[in-house]
Amino acid sequence: MTAIETKNLSYRYGIGTPFEIKAVDDVNLTIEKGDFIGIIGHTGSGKSTLMQHLNGLLKPTDGEIIINERSIWSKDVDIRSIRFEVGLVFQYSEHQLFEETVFKDIAFGPKNIGLSEEEITVRVTRAAQAMGVHDSWLERSPFDLSGGQKRRVALAGVIAMEPQILVLDEPAAGLDPYGRDKVLSQIKKYHDEYKTTILLVSHSMEDIVKYADKVIVMNKGGVFLYEKTDKVFSHADEIVEIGLDVPQITRLARLLKAQGIDIGDDVYTVERAKERVLEVLKNEKK
Amino acid sequence: MDIIKTENLDFDYEILDDKGQVSECNPALRGVNLTVQKGEFLAVLGHNGSGKSTLAKHLNGILLPTRGKVFVNNIDVSDDSKIYEIRQTVGMVFQNPDNQIVAAIVEEDVAFALENLGVPPLEIRERIDEAMKLVDIYKYHKHAPHRLSGGQKQRVAIAGVIAMRPQCIVLDEPTAMLDPKGRKEVMKTIKMLNGMGVTVVLITHYMEEAAQARRVVVMDKGEIIMDGTPREIFAEVEKLKAVGLDVPQVTELAYELRKAGVDLPADILNEEECVKELVKLLQ
Repeated sequence: MTAIETKNLSYRYGIGTPFEIKAVDDVNLTIEKGDFIGIIGHTGSGKSTLMQHLNGLLKPTDGEIIINERSIWSKDVDIRSIRFEVGLVFQYSEHQLFEETVFKDIAFGPKNIGLSEEEITVRVTRAAQAMGVHDSWLERSPFDLSGGQKRRVALAGVIAMEPQILVLDEPAAGLDPYGRDKVLSQIKKYHDEYKTTILLVSHSMEDIVKYADKVIVMNKGGVFLYEKTDKVFSHADEIVEIGLDVPQITRLARLLKAQGIDIGDDVYTVERAKERVLEVLKNEKK
Repeated sequence: MDIIKTENLDFDYEILDDKGQVSECNPALRGVNLTVQKGEFLAVLGHNGSGKSTLAKHLNGILLPTRGKVFVNNIDVSDDSKIYEIRQTVGMVFQNPDNQIVAAIVEEDVAFALENLGVPPLEIRERIDEAMKLVDIYKYHKHAPHRLSGGQKQRVAIAGVIAMRPQCIVLDEPTAMLDPKGRKEVMKTIKMLNGMGVTVVLITHYMEEAAQARRVVVMDKGEIIMDGTPREIFAEVEKLKAVGLDVPQVTELAYELRKAGVDLPADILNEEECVKELVKLLQ
């Protein structure tokens, strides 16, 4: 089943002004239900612009966008209903916290759509649990929490709306290694449990390949690469050429290959590198 | 010669109640003794809440110690009459470039502090041109800062500090909000300044950045728990992980391989060294 499809999607900013630019250029994408997709690209590659199309915040200049088999800008679709199907979490989402307590903040969305008190409590509890938001925080002010904790509360607020598709723009930006791993692993756990389709935008190739099943590389407004995670780094040269980083451990694998030691094109975690190096060492001894 | 010295530095964040009385006291720094040599490139590592930013803010008197002393060129930062001298000696760059840019034109922003100090206009022109060229933003000197990329904006902020000609620059996570390209630009600028003799204190949680420093201190719970060269520090993989920090991937690989009985040195810092050692093993 297809969750998201874009057909010849283009978006231009500043039409008719000297600053007119094509931010998204003829993008054709198909994303299956339940996929965990990582999206990476330079600042200015069009990834944020593309993301803002997915719940109708931006209307394409050309082309079409289809969510759950409905073309979202056709006349018979209420664009508001799309916003319930697709949850969009912006960068530095903790800046959007505003309520007195963590509970109230997470409950804000469900309350606005008129759910009953019981249903709201169920939703908040479930979302809090999914994001590792501790029970004891619920009655505290969100502003007393650490950066990473706040971020998870903000994410819980979106998850409480139970979207079928969750789009996350740099959910780990600015966090320390512990906060980053905690946020991303909670998202992964949530994905595995609820099978929500997830699009994760990040500048960190390490994070993307650690969590996503498929990777989209954006460049100059277009889709440069769309591959299963294992296959991504067989294109390492092209990725480096457009100025993106590959993980340090992948760079190591490439350097080793240049020296005649092949540990594979699909090495992007320390764990896999370790396995492969040990294998090579074992074969060497024989 | 040391440029910065802290002696048994303690700092508590005090939370006041409605009546202005201290209701809660959160110690952020505990007994920090740190000496920074002139010309040094020091990285301060620690997870969020470890006290590293609080420490940074003590180095030019933005915060004053609750107990203990901080000296800049042997001047006590608590000495109110010397605060301008101290801030001219130690410049500060913060995490978010948007919060430190005040003017609508790049060169006006870089000139801001000098204008406030009453430096003669001709000298301002000379010093800001030099600063902007140094960090490679001169070509944007007439641009509006908000149209620049994050890395460019952060370099505008750095130029504003350099124009003051400080002996030392403290940068508090200057790359945390930048993309990989911006991060590289800023790191390159920092290293160049250090090469010219400016003392650099870089607060960061990126290990690959700390690996480029000459000395690394690690903070946890308001205390300095490790102090050494990057090589010495990163060899202690377990200890770093225990305080919520990463090590570079190749260092971790070497550590894991050693655990599996492979004969590798413990202090591998970058991929080139790792390749060299592995090739040695296999030939």
